[in-house]
Amino acid sequence: MEFSLEKREVRSKKLVFILPIISIVISMLLGAIILLACKVNPIMTYFYLVKGALGNKINLLNTIGKAIPLLLCGVGVGIAFKLKFWNIGAEGQYVWGVIGITWVMLSGKWAELTAAGTYSNASWVMLFWAWVPDSLLLPIGILVGMLMGALWAGIPAWLKAHWKVDETLSTLMLNYVVIKLAEYLYISKWKAPLGNMGTPDIPEAGFLTSFGYGGKLNTGLFMALAVVGIMYFILYKTRWGFELNMIGKNSKAARCQGVSIKRNIVIALLVSGAICGLAGAIDTAGITHKLTKGVDSGYGFTGIVIAWMAGLNPIISIFYALLMAILRTGAFSLQIKMGLNSAMGDVLQGLILIPLLATNIFVDYRLVIKHYKKKIIDKVACKEEE
Amino acid sequence: MDFFTNVVVATLVMGTSLTFATIGEIFTEKAGILNLGMEGMMLLGALSGFATVFYSGSLLFGILVGMFAGVFLALIHAFLSINMRASQVVSGLAVTMFGTGLANFLGYRLGPAPSFNLVGMNLPVKFNAIIVPFLSDIPVFGGLFRVSILTYFMYALIPFAWYFMYRTKYGLALRAVGENPRTAAAMGINVNKTRYIYTLIGGAFAGLGGACISLYHTPSWNENMTGGKGWIVIALVIFSGWNPAKAIIGTFVFGGIMQLQFAIQAYNGSSAFMAGLKSIPGQFFGMAPYLITFLVLAIMTVISSLQHKQFSSPSALCTSFAIDDK
Repeated sequence: MEFSLEKREVRSKKLVFILPIISIVISMLLGAIILLACKVNPIMTYFYLVKGALGNKINLLNTIGKAIPLLLCGVGVGIAFKLKFWNIGAEGQYVWGVIGITWVMLSGKWAELTAAGTYSNASWVMLFWAWVPDSLLLPIGILVGMLMGALWAGIPAWLKAHWKVDETLSTLMLNYVVIKLAEYLYISKWKAPLGNMGTPDIPEAGFLTSFGYGGKLNTGLFMALAVVGIMYFILYKTRWGFELNMIGKNSKAARCQGVSIKRNIVIALLVSGAICGLAGAIDTAGITHKLTKGVDSGYGFTGIVIAWMAGLNPIISIFYALLMAILRTGAFSLQIKMGLNSAMGDVLQGLILIPLLATNIFVDYRLVIKHYKKKIIDKVACKEEE
Repeated sequence: MDFFTNVVVATLVMGTSLTFATIGEIFTEKAGILNLGMEGMMLLGALSGFATVFYSGSLLFGILVGMFAGVFLALIHAFLSINMRASQVVSGLAVTMFGTGLANFLGYRLGPAPSFNLVGMNLPVKFNAIIVPFLSDIPVFGGLFRVSILTYFMYALIPFAWYFMYRTKYGLALRAVGENPRTAAAMGINVNKTRYIYTLIGGAFAGLGGACISLYHTPSWNENMTGGKGWIVIALVIFSGWNPAKAIIGTFVFGGIMQLQFAIQAYNGSSAFMAGLKSIPGQFFGMAPYLITFLVLAIMTVISSLQHKQFSSPSALCTSFAIDDK
């Protein structure tokens, strides 16, 4: 008896929906084994995990608030993946979004401090946006953040399109360049006059309005949902979306149809980087309000995972972004309720992926079991007929 | 010992763990499997190596358990990306998430009662420097002979790895699998078995590199103690152009940059050059390995394509292989 895989004529639509559910169940069982090995009650752990993420109004709002940047990163990365461009640089593009918006919003603050005579380190770069009136802080800040994210994705895209520079490795390297730059900014150059780490808070005029109830959900939600809707429309209903899909599926055929692959790679990646930058800008204007340690907490990498799990579909990404946000916020309450380290959240995130990755092949292939004995008999029968 | 000898020794101590992991990743990538799980494998290797030595007192046992932890994670990656033909990028990220999460989580569970915390614990034994007489007295380069057995092992490993890859039939098979698996299969090489073997070897070396950090470089356990070294390893593989012999140059350059950062902060001399270096913020030293690698990757790819040569990853990197696929 031998197992082999046979390509399906059409992708199995049924399995696309069933496999994630099976995977989540399997990953919870695997997680339970690890917890049991550590002499922790898995049922209580899962109970507190879900309760910590969804248990009351504040937690629920926080979880949804956390899902916003995850969702945007997932959608942004998804566009690049459509082209089979492995943009692992979402993390760096996200950080650029944070740097961009804090750069714009803090200019006024630095100017104020310099005028008051309490601060003397402001360079012209830091004061560059001091002319921006309060009412324009938010739109310009978000635009600058998006632009910087777009540029950071555009560089490897241009290199890939024109010189075939490996994008997986180049985007990965660029991540850490900007993470270290951000560290330099919040530890020394843009450090608040008081305290030993982190920039000052951005001015309140630049905050995204919170929904209240003590939660962290803000109006960035509408922006994120709008982006999801627009990207869904572009990817599935427009000519450009069709072209992107064609390049990803069969780039030779696309070229024969007169689709410019080089131009599309660069444009798609500019959009991808801009959306990841938007994620950073929204999270800063809505929740963190400054650039500080923890800016590189893995939203970009989780975004890659979300995009992949959702099959690059922006609308399905909403579900997975919520799932990942639940694991992230829920894990923190485990620390308080169970005395478990919040790293358990990372363990579960990784565990959800493993069965999903393992079973995803069955969407395109079916398992065929061959019986050797029967085959031999068939061959003999053939020979006899000859 | 003078200042520069100290820097050389510190660079080697840092470089040892980087070299082991880099050699492992080169072998894995040469077989056509991109292993982005490096960070997770190194961290789990560091934790399990530390915990083993903490309880057993045997350094050799600790190193072996660290390697085994790397193999365990590599097995997951190999199964997903070879058998199940999953995306190697996503699979690698999953392994990193799972590995770092598990290591950090277990770091708070495996310690002694009542806190079960391994952070801040001291090891009963540690790797001592073996000082070679006479050779260690050479100025600056004497530092090469003031290191522990792990680094001497690294000296031996590099020429062996190069010879194995470029001068033996196993090395030829390995490169064939990574460059053109279909041809390799036609030559009678079992592509997936070869890939499995080298992914697991890569995992073992990643675990070894991780164990070197927690047992040799900084003998302790800390949350996220590998601090992104797994990603530097991926950078080093590119920097060395997928050649094990050149890996040592990369580890010296990168290890040196990282070490220089600490050495300069501690420097109190009067040299104007050193004072100039001291004024560079530390984060830029941290950034340098990644920026250099990015530039090397971009420039070398452009130059090679102008000369109609190839500077690129093994052609079949990141692809899956099945004999009956058309």
